[in-house]
Amino acid sequence: MVALENADTAGMTIDVQAVSHSFELHGSPLPVLDGVELRVEPGELVALLGPSGCGKSTLLRLVAGLEPPSRGGILADGRPIDGPDPSRVVVFQDPTLYPWRTVRDNVALGLEARGLLRSRGHRIDKALALVGLTGFEKAYPHQLSGGMAQRAALARALVNDPRLLILDEPLGKLDSLTRLAMQSELVELWRSKGFTGLLVTHDIEEALFMATRVIVFSGRPARIKADLSIDRPYPRHRGDPVLTELRHRILELLGLAETW
Amino acid sequence: MSVNDTAAALPAATGGALPIGAVLPSSLPLRFSAAALPWFLAAGATALWPDADEWERTGEFASLLVVAAGLLALAAPLTAAIRPAPRSRLASAVTGLSAAVPWLIALALGVTGWEILTAKLGLLPRPFFVPPQALLEVYLDDWPRLLDCFAASLRLLVTGYAVGSMLGVVTGVAIGWSRAVGYWVHPVLRLIGPLPATAWLPIAFFAFPTSWSASVFLIALASGVPVTVLTWSGVAGVNSAYYDIARTLGASQRFLVLKVAVPAAMPHVFVGLFMGLGASFAVLVVAEMLGVKSGVGWYLQWAQGWAAYGNMYAALLVMALLCSGLVTLLFRVRDRLLAWQKGMLKW
Repeated sequence: MVALENADTAGMTIDVQAVSHSFELHGSPLPVLDGVELRVEPGELVALLGPSGCGKSTLLRLVAGLEPPSRGGILADGRPIDGPDPSRVVVFQDPTLYPWRTVRDNVALGLEARGLLRSRGHRIDKALALVGLTGFEKAYPHQLSGGMAQRAALARALVNDPRLLILDEPLGKLDSLTRLAMQSELVELWRSKGFTGLLVTHDIEEALFMATRVIVFSGRPARIKADLSIDRPYPRHRGDPVLTELRHRILELLGLAETW
Repeated sequence: MSVNDTAAALPAATGGALPIGAVLPSSLPLRFSAAALPWFLAAGATALWPDADEWERTGEFASLLVVAAGLLALAAPLTAAIRPAPRSRLASAVTGLSAAVPWLIALALGVTGWEILTAKLGLLPRPFFVPPQALLEVYLDDWPRLLDCFAASLRLLVTGYAVGSMLGVVTGVAIGWSRAVGYWVHPVLRLIGPLPATAWLPIAFFAFPTSWSASVFLIALASGVPVTVLTWSGVAGVNSAYYDIARTLGASQRFLVLKVAVPAAMPHVFVGLFMGLGASFAVLVVAEMLGVKSGVGWYLQWAQGWAAYGNMYAALLVMALLCSGLVTLLFRVRDRLLAWQKGMLKW
């Protein structure tokens, strides 16, 4: 693996303070987040687990600055978040590469948007190498497999040296083998770069394999049910009995213990 | 030539193009000779069978047919001698010509029939039906005026179309992007859009200082409306996740419009551009027939006034070439700009 130069990619601190959020649905408010308090320390990789549609992804959108919360506030390194910023980059479940741009031009997007293409353009190739896409620079997104497209989306995020990487079910649509391989790759990237990570996932095993902490949410409106520290060394093993024990506990919290 | 060669030529002769890059088949000389033959026939009929009436340029027309036939006949031994490398430009030209052989044969037979029915037997009512040599006569004698009209039509069309499509793209993006612009422009577009641009003709000719500027306005209107509507729907339909991605990466509003909304809407924009081009042809002809004192439309009208039907057919052919040439050009531009769609959609 090739590391991007630039040493100051230390992780960001995120402080979610009493955040509640609701959407308008047919004229009446639909609450999705209810009094969420969460502090993420620099360099942590925090997984958010919860029932489908409970509002985890909404929390990520608020942290990304794509929407302001209805109530409460979010601090990034002590400063309130009032909009999107390239230091907090999102990788969505869909790679959402621009179909009219080649892989290289897609990865270049952030640098181009900020007018840094000339001064930092050389890092595009490094980012592509980092995710194993060297040789696919000139391919168009529709020519890529699902895993390759998601790797390209990851390179598009990493080229900006984010201090917070927001992962919204990034592996959710991949086949299970690609998924397992990319879980390891993501962990390795996070460990080598030192950014803070926020990961929404539906996959308990994925959360336990990757994260330093797992936050379990209730159904909508989402409240934090449990905050579990996963104090196991990396690289982790999927068969680790401690993880298996934790998995049981999380299933219990989600009300699915009888399937164990 | 063996029977096998003839059999091999048959499947391709039914209209199928030869696969690109394939080694040129040995049946090519046979195919080209088959195409040359009816052209010699047409030339012979024109030259040797005396005209029922006196027609000028019969001799020249026959010579032209002989040249066409000769070129086809020469194409056969030439390709055999040169043996162009597969995938070369020449090879694909030869393959294309070979695929066109059924058309070339049909065309020669059609010309022969036309020649016989008009010039030789005089079976079709005159002056509405003229023999092919009458068209040739127009092109040989009146070409300066036709060329002038062609240039005038092209200039008018391109000016109006360029103005219309540029304003259309800008307006469409503005409506799709800004709620305020949409609020004011949308109702106007709803009301005026469906009105054929030609309905404005009387007002335009009186409101504008020259009939030329009035025609530019009409053509711009006719092409601008579909371009506006399609650009707007393209921009409105852009996946909102594209904007989210760009925003988190630090994109400005300007970047979101120019580098996200516009390229994402481009496939729609081109549908509008094609529709607008078609509409602008119709308006061009009407405007030239009714107001502008030059152009192919004017020429058509003028020829009809003199009952010069040969000139009319000649002008129609020029018009057809102008329109289909512009459509082809637009296809080329689209293929270049939207190359990324290849493999995603069937065109």
